[in-house]
Amino acid sequence: MKITRKDFLLLSGIGLAGVAGSKLMGGVGAAEPSAESTRKRWGMVIDLQKCRQDDGCKDCIAACNQRHNVPQIPDPAHEVKWIWTEKFEAVFPSQQDDYTRQNYTAHPILVACNHCAEPQCTRVCPTGATWKRVEDGIVMMDWHRCIGCKYCMVACPYGARSFNFTDPRPYIKQINPDFPTRESGVVEKCNFCADLLAVGKQPACVGACREKAMTFGDLADADSDVRRLLRARYSIRRKPELGTGPNVFYLV
Amino acid sequence: MRDRPVIVAGLLLFVALFAFPVWHGLANRTPPTAPAIKLPVAQKQCVAPIAYMRSSHMQLLIDWREQVVRDDQRQFHAFNGKVYDKSLTKTCLEQCHGNKAEFCDRCHNYSGVSTPYCWSCHNNAPQVVAEAPDRRPTPLLTGRRIAP
Repeated sequence: MKITRKDFLLLSGIGLAGVAGSKLMGGVGAAEPSAESTRKRWGMVIDLQKCRQDDGCKDCIAACNQRHNVPQIPDPAHEVKWIWTEKFEAVFPSQQDDYTRQNYTAHPILVACNHCAEPQCTRVCPTGATWKRVEDGIVMMDWHRCIGCKYCMVACPYGARSFNFTDPRPYIKQINPDFPTRESGVVEKCNFCADLLAVGKQPACVGACREKAMTFGDLADADSDVRRLLRARYSIRRKPELGTGPNVFYLV
Repeated sequence: MRDRPVIVAGLLLFVALFAFPVWHGLANRTPPTAPAIKLPVAQKQCVAPIAYMRSSHMQLLIDWREQVVRDDQRQFHAFNGKVYDKSLTKTCLEQCHGNKAEFCDRCHNYSGVSTPYCWSCHNNAPQVVAEAPDRRPTPLLTGRRIAP
């Protein structure tokens, strides 16, 4: 059978119209409001005025370490951290002027994984061992798939990820049987207590804080506690200029 | 040709010695004993029929793992209508099988199947952890044992 130029153009046009039509239908389907509106976006608000880290309070850090079997390794080159404190200059490098320096630089600032809206760690992971959950925005880790390449640690601009250079078990004082430990050769970080959220509880650090300095909630819900706080007070985020969209906010 | 008996005798002796591992093994063979599995007392039925668990427990555990970690689906609806937590420590060990050494290892050792790496991260059930002897290595840097 011989195809004339006219037939060829006609068939191409029909094909293109078909592809364009299916794309259009797909776009309409994805914009379905029911799926979008049920999606959460977990976020945390930390009130720096309430936090008593400078008095030596480490309740939230201790609760997290106990809950997740985070090893306490004395060698700083090998340490594993989920939630910890950093100096103001390291946390907010672009917020330093003479006045904030007077007010804040003496205080250690609580830091953890920011569960970014556009996480760099998940983009570089070659095995899909870390990924952003579509339903609630948590940046998850699957230690079964982690091959320990540490690429995510390089990509994370907040240093939120730690690598297990040795077997962590000897460095865990009391193993919590409800949560697995990790093994040598995997990367780990804060998971916003996804396992506690699954049973309707708040993250361990939030519950442990006596000053209620940390508030956890759904940023997609305009009536949530976090949104109410963010409406009422001025907040800053870590290195927002990088475009990662951190979901941990600091009230100053 | 006068040495024929000597040569034949020598050859026979050589073959007998050469085959020593074979006939010695055959002579000393004892029928293998089945592993002594401690059956659970509290529960009568596993999360799936026993034949399925024998042949496919590894697939079930991998499915649980994928569903919990990747899809956040933590409830297992069993064939008999019961609902279980998809948890190696909390369901398999804590509710029934006690600990890895007395259940998993006995069968795996018997059938010569190497133990998968579940246990470098997942924990034994809590009461077993408390009783187990401290087999953890001495921490490199502190030089002293940390209480279990």
